[in-house]
Amino acid sequence: MTRSRSNPFRRVATGSIFWWLFIFALIPNAMVVMVSFMPRGETEFVELGLTLESYGKLLDPLYLQVFWESFWLATLTTLLCLVIGYPFAYIIGRAPRHLRPLLVLLVIIPFWTSSLVRTYAMMILLGTQGVINTALIALGLITEPLELLFTPGAVVAGLVYTLLPFMVLPLYASIEKLDVRLIEAARDLGARKLTTFRKVIIPLTMPGIVAGCMLVFLPGLGMYYVSDILGGAKTTLIGNLIQRQFLSARDWPFGSALSVTLTLTMALMLWAYVVAARRAAQKVEA
Amino acid sequence: MLTRFNAFNAVSLALGIAFLHLPIALLVVFSFNESKLVTVWGGFSLKWYGALLHNEALLGAAWVSLKVAVTSSTLATVLGTLAGLALARYPRFAGRALFAGMVSAPLVMPEVITGLALLLTFVGLSLDRGFTTITLAHVTFTMCFVTMVVKARLAGFDRSVEEAAMDLGCSPFKTFFVITLPLIAPAVASGWLLAFTLSLDDLVISSFTTGPGATTLPMLIYSQARLGVNPQINAVSTLLLGVISAAVLLATVLETRANRRRERETAAA
Repeated sequence: MTRSRSNPFRRVATGSIFWWLFIFALIPNAMVVMVSFMPRGETEFVELGLTLESYGKLLDPLYLQVFWESFWLATLTTLLCLVIGYPFAYIIGRAPRHLRPLLVLLVIIPFWTSSLVRTYAMMILLGTQGVINTALIALGLITEPLELLFTPGAVVAGLVYTLLPFMVLPLYASIEKLDVRLIEAARDLGARKLTTFRKVIIPLTMPGIVAGCMLVFLPGLGMYYVSDILGGAKTTLIGNLIQRQFLSARDWPFGSALSVTLTLTMALMLWAYVVAARRAAQKVEA
Repeated sequence: MLTRFNAFNAVSLALGIAFLHLPIALLVVFSFNESKLVTVWGGFSLKWYGALLHNEALLGAAWVSLKVAVTSSTLATVLGTLAGLALARYPRFAGRALFAGMVSAPLVMPEVITGLALLLTFVGLSLDRGFTTITLAHVTFTMCFVTMVVKARLAGFDRSVEEAAMDLGCSPFKTFFVITLPLIAPAVASGWLLAFTLSLDDLVISSFTTGPGATTLPMLIYSQARLGVNPQINAVSTLLLGVISAAVLLATVLETRANRRRERETAAA
């Protein structure tokens, strides 16, 4: 059905998708870049013109602080997910074959479950009269409820909880493919367990590690509702800042400038990874 | 350090799974709590579910969410199937790289950025924001998931049947509907289910693209959750979880069955 270029089915298929993506993916992103260079309007949201005003605002120490804090929280979340998720994925990947589909399903269900509902569920756990405080008081370990909710710690706990499946699934995919014979060879040749892990297992599962970290880190910067619900609006993520510019502060050019900066930062990180991976591959070949 | 599945591994595994499921399990349990206090068990009751039936705002939001989810996932499935087909079948066409990039962008883009980009476009096009704009936005971001599922199914797909049909004079359209579509139907169905759950769950993109009168269920849950824990929210969240888990389970079953059948066919051939 695809052999001739004039195939009408092919024209309809590629044409319809192309135009859809052109209107709803390419143009929107171009608009963000455009608006970020426009001045803020009095009556309308933006005015025609060209200005770097919004990018200038980014240098305000207040906003630099938000960027720094948000990157720090996302990094912490990613590291925690990796530390919890790696052994978890490893055990699933090495579990008896007939158990694996069930175990994977137990990770997939939270993966698809609304992260909003999951964030809300954390509230039940962490609140002043929440499950943790009630249990600790009942056990006589504390007398006054701990302040767990509305702290940066609660935001990190919520992010780790909602994003953990995004770390486990790619890790599992690469661990399951791991060739056991390579590990056995390393052990037979006298490598200690830790050395085998560091020199064989980690490099072989690197694609999973990188994919998992990306899938946790990037949403970790933007999930504003987690910090709103669990942080009580005391912790501001880049996502909160962007959302406020659009839904309450009505400073669209600044919100767009924030998005452009965030996208560029992410692209830079991806590019750094690709370069590093290529260097590593060259080193192996040499 | 591996291959053996010992007690230590089993315990760690159980702890990991408990961490993933316990908060949700508590939410479900407390939705059946007679007491208004979240952590005090006052006996089994369905009263919060009963209260939902009289909550007009909530019923309205659920209806909007359902309409958006059904419409957008259906459209996303049509477009996503075509996109998956195009990417799997046509190695060269004008703008393929751009096309592939745009299809996969929503997978890595933070939702806030997708949301605000669409908002700017809708304002630029002077579209009235509401049901239509939310639906268009949902089609755009769920489509890539359908594309991935369909594309994966088409990799390693035996094309001889299609070619035979074409050689026998079947038109490309007829070949697609009579041969290709029935063969990839499980993937298309699970793609629809995934798009449906993503749309039903979405808060961020809906918040950016909504207008007056179009409040979705997640938007309502969010505004209530900011005020604190509330038993009616427990109940509605439980229902939402039930629908989503059922859809995901069904999609997994469809995929597993199709994979098994394919394995049997390859083994036979």
